[in-house]
Amino acid sequence: MSDLILDVQNLQLHFSQRRGIFGRERAVVRAVDNVSFQLRAGETLGLVGESGCGKSSLGKAILNLHRPTNGRVIYQGKDIAGLTDRAMREYRRSLQIIFQDPFESLNSRHTVSAILEEPLLIHGIGDRDSRRKRVDALLDMVGLPSSASSKYPHEFSGGQRQRIGIARAIALKPTVLICDEAVSALDVSVQAQILNLLLDIQRELHLSMLFISHDLGVVRHMSDRIAVMYLGQIVEIGDAQAIYQQARHPYTQGLLAAIPKIGHTPEETSQIGGDIPSPMAPPSGCRFHTRCAYAQEKCKAEVPSLTAKDDRHFTACHFWEELIHSA
Amino acid sequence: MSLLSVQGLSVAIRGDDGVLHELVSAVSFDIAAGETMGLVGESGCGKSLTAMSILDLLPKPQALRSAGTLSFKGESISSASPRRLREIRGKNIAVIFQDPMTALNPVQTVSQQISEVLAIHFPEQSKKCRADRVLSLLHEVGIPAPQERLSAYPHQLSGGMRQRVMIAMALACEPDLLIADEPTTALDVTIQAQIVRLLKGLQAKNGMAMLFITHDLALVSQVSDKIAVMYAGKIAEYGSAQQVFAKPHHPYTQSLLAALPGAHHPPKSPLLALEGQVPAIQDMPKGCRFVNRCPHAADICREEIPPQDITTDATVVACHRWKEIAQ
Repeated sequence: MSDLILDVQNLQLHFSQRRGIFGRERAVVRAVDNVSFQLRAGETLGLVGESGCGKSSLGKAILNLHRPTNGRVIYQGKDIAGLTDRAMREYRRSLQIIFQDPFESLNSRHTVSAILEEPLLIHGIGDRDSRRKRVDALLDMVGLPSSASSKYPHEFSGGQRQRIGIARAIALKPTVLICDEAVSALDVSVQAQILNLLLDIQRELHLSMLFISHDLGVVRHMSDRIAVMYLGQIVEIGDAQAIYQQARHPYTQGLLAAIPKIGHTPEETSQIGGDIPSPMAPPSGCRFHTRCAYAQEKCKAEVPSLTAKDDRHFTACHFWEELIHSA
Repeated sequence: MSLLSVQGLSVAIRGDDGVLHELVSAVSFDIAAGETMGLVGESGCGKSLTAMSILDLLPKPQALRSAGTLSFKGESISSASPRRLREIRGKNIAVIFQDPMTALNPVQTVSQQISEVLAIHFPEQSKKCRADRVLSLLHEVGIPAPQERLSAYPHQLSGGMRQRVMIAMALACEPDLLIADEPTTALDVTIQAQIVRLLKGLQAKNGMAMLFITHDLALVSQVSDKIAVMYAGKIAEYGSAQQVFAKPHHPYTQSLLAALPGAHHPPKSPLLALEGQVPAIQDMPKGCRFVNRCPHAADICREEIPPQDITTDATVVACHRWKEIAQ
């Protein structure tokens, strides 16, 4: 299909670590393990999961900031593994990322105008005058006064710094924006401002977004489709509404039920017991079986694959159909 | 009689210019035995300073308690000697913090840290007696295989387990009041649900009161009997949690609830964001501190500090115009 922007196929990202005396033992962290999904033009895919589930690593693997161990990332029909250096630069221009902490991701010794001009300089866009104009236009787009351009990052609050991060990300008119916990460090009132800004910018630039967050309320608000990750794998993926209203995977159900809601008592929030296992030694079979209330022998032995009745809502659980019928 | 009574508490910090700035201003509240009081607000609103000043744990000499009286079980602790305060801390009032990794001693085992608390407050106890108590505490906070965890160091435990150890330490002397300062903010939602349930369960069993500090509105609504919403060092609204959330009277509380993304908002619709940001301490408005961001601000709000009015719902609201806003 023509509006397919990003096609991620069986992506794996493994990190090997040397452990023990003299580093004789090698341990492999399977940060991302066989992840596939598609992202279409103008669409937002939300990526949720608990810390260490590999959602940030997945974002970085797509940007080729970490070279994938296996699998393919196909951008507008081209496999990025085969790109020349020059084409890789073009690719990175089209995919931009916004990080959680705008203080650490902005150079504290550069003025805002230098920060925003840098991507234009690197890619050799425009002359001095047109770059100046572009910086002013960018500041205006993210709701900052043009007087901001001569200031340094430390002179701004967290919310304003995140606006600068967004301005830098859209400076090169990307097609895909990866938001890695972009609002997690912000207070509720400021978070709402930034979410509104991201929605406006997405509409204006017709951006596709990969919205990574651990906050399920925020992801619900921003996403058309949602992928739920657990220990490096997608356990459920589908339309946002379907995920929130008819979650099929026991992990998704437990995760949604664990969010505190106004007017509910703690007893009403269901509980997934235990801790997340180490990604260095993920459980056999279904990786969730150690914490799953419905786990059976089959779950320990066989890895479930993502299946669907229709073409939209996929679940990686051996028993999801039975669980729905018995509920 | 209330267990803890805080009247007109102010905390000030000396700025670089030598001037005292009030970060917490005229805060009053009561906690009854067995009750949970929630203190909610955005970062920098003074909720942690309020809690730390109760135990005289303010970072000295920069910060100091500049006004107010504190009484605990009828005894004034604002004028208590350091020696008396040391007795109260840990034994009668215990604290758990957000980040258990920095609050625990990295070079002591779990059992050493917990028995230290017992050794300080109950020096007459035998070693054997202490060891038994440590084991039963670990069991009580739901640590699996507690016998094996006794000799573990903090870095060998997961975040959730470390927070359980912190709770075990806090409970060691069966305190009357537990101050929980963002106890679940560093944890994933599934672990947060476990810890909240544990705290509420322990509270039901021991009858201790709790001062629960968080920025999470939904979480505070779940755990608290009473809540105080803080903004820029002042209590904006105070009352039964149920009433405050069902019918918020202060424009700040109303805006916070409206800014929260969730099921009540259509996805991708603009959120009702509060414009602007919290004023800096050097230029706090003369009247109501919320005036710069308030959609209902009038002249009187700029000039006069709003009184603490009692509403028809028996909540306390610090707003000149709450009656007009309600209409």
